[in-house]
Amino acid sequence: METLITILAGVLVTVATYLLLSKSVIRVILGTAILSHAAHLMIMTMGGVKRGEVPLLGGGEQGQYVDALPQALILTSIVIGFAVTALSLVLAYRTYQETGTDNLDELRGNKHE
Amino acid sequence: MNNLLVLPMALPVLAGIILIFFRNHIKLQRGISLVVMLSNIGIAIYLLNQIQEKGILRLDFGGWEPPFGILFVADSFSVILVLIASFVAAICLLYAFSSIGKAYENMLFYSFVNFLIAGVNGSFLTGDLFNLYVNFEVMLLASYVLVAMGGKRIQLRESIKYVVTNVLSSWFFLIAIAYLYGSVGTLNMAHISERIAESGQTPLLTGISMVFLTVFALKSGLFLYFWLPGSYSVPQTAVAALFGALLTKVGIYAIIRVFTLFFYHEPDFTHTIIGVLAGLTLIGGSIGAVAFKDIRQIVSYNVVISVGFILVGLAAGTQAALEGSIYYLLHDMIVKALLFLLAGTMIKVAGSARIDEMSGLIRNYPLFGWLFFIVMISLAGIPPLSGFIGKVLIGQGAVETGSYLLLALAFLSSIVVLYSLLRIFLNCFWGETMISFEDEVPMKMGWIIPCVLLTAATLGLGLGAESLAPYVSDAANTLLNPKIYIDAILHDN
Repeated sequence: METLITILAGVLVTVATYLLLSKSVIRVILGTAILSHAAHLMIMTMGGVKRGEVPLLGGGEQGQYVDALPQALILTSIVIGFAVTALSLVLAYRTYQETGTDNLDELRGNKHE
Repeated sequence: MNNLLVLPMALPVLAGIILIFFRNHIKLQRGISLVVMLSNIGIAIYLLNQIQEKGILRLDFGGWEPPFGILFVADSFSVILVLIASFVAAICLLYAFSSIGKAYENMLFYSFVNFLIAGVNGSFLTGDLFNLYVNFEVMLLASYVLVAMGGKRIQLRESIKYVVTNVLSSWFFLIAIAYLYGSVGTLNMAHISERIAESGQTPLLTGISMVFLTVFALKSGLFLYFWLPGSYSVPQTAVAALFGALLTKVGIYAIIRVFTLFFYHEPDFTHTIIGVLAGLTLIGGSIGAVAFKDIRQIVSYNVVISVGFILVGLAAGTQAALEGSIYYLLHDMIVKALLFLLAGTMIKVAGSARIDEMSGLIRNYPLFGWLFFIVMISLAGIPPLSGFIGKVLIGQGAVETGSYLLLALAFLSSIVVLYSLLRIFLNCFWGETMISFEDEVPMKMGWIIPCVLLTAATLGLGLGAESLAPYVSDAANTLLNPKIYIDAILHDN
């Protein structure tokens, strides 16, 4: 199971890298969103997927519980990811309104005006 | 156990939320923000003295004892930084009162400054690696808004790059945390340190340390500083000063913390890489600082140079060098804020940001001109001012460890700093004045008073280094002996 999830995370990173390298701002933002989900899968795999009972008091018989910490980390990180994605989408929209382009090449600004 | 510890983060968060409901009461917003910053200064001073008496303080949230719960830890290093950060933030707020404009103030400017400070203070105080990530994000989200606030073309353009760069580096941070959690099975910083000491720093852990270094290098502008000059030169003066003073310093704090507390077992490898990166940063920053004619660019590249300089101290890694790094960190927070405020004011009174388009400002604004002179010699490290002691101690540490190349680069970069600022001084302040007395922009008291206060602070830090010495040497001592930190967290019940 761990192997499968690791491969899935790898696929997500590949997709995200492809999107990040494109020129459109929206694609880049979607790329960062996918990237963060790859990181979440990674955290889950690192904590070990399912090895025991649910981590509730009085839940399990054998005394072996799943590590609950990665779930807590992922939850926090998803919330942060939402916030950042929402903010960057608004930012991209405003930039599009103001500059009339969503092409990163045209947003470079080499001349320091 | 000391509940005061949470206040430097909790007060700004609460104030920031409350201020949202008083959007149109600007006086109230200003008052509350300033009171929050001032009370943080008071709390930090009290905590510093407590630490001297009782050793490292900690606050376990909800009574969950480490390593199980999350916690805040206050050692001298973090509390000194909280103190100076709150001080600089208070001064930048004072400057913002008379410069930022009503439109910004109605757009919740003060709320976001409060959130920014909450993130900065939280990053300094946390004793848990994942909390460090969360606090970084709190700080960064506020900074994204502050860069873009105003909505000018160039601001939006730079903020897109700033946001994407930082999202990527946050992703690396998450990955690094995941790897570290997978290999040592804990997130409590003291516990991580203990586990790494038990297992020895295996090549795997050294590899993870390099991921951490990448993350913090991106955040602090160590070598990976390509995003920095753009995004620090577009926001309003008060915001740019806050950024220049605080944001990169949080990254530096994280590098120093991680490489003195966790990954200190293989200094031949890790600290050499930090040294190389610091040297490259010094070179790159120096080239940038002399290459541009735009004041904002020159000032931003000066931030880059100081990042390299502080980390030379970490690369040397002796007691003297770390003390020097801490002194220089404190000095740099104050002086960079001052430099950004002065540069912003210059642009405001001269109406241009290019140094060949202004001249003779000192005739119109004598006090202002001399303030710039003081900040220049303070950055160059002339003795009575605050830069001197940090430079001497870092130099001493570099000599002790025999890293003469770094030493040479560090001190050559000081000359470049002096040259780049002298160029501004000679071009903009000397010569024939270009502003006639009729169309002179009146220098507001609200612009000059914060600068005077910061200048007094750099003088005070230089002359009063003696009174700060016990705290700084305690901080360096704790950094060099991780056992003190671990014992205070894990074995002290």
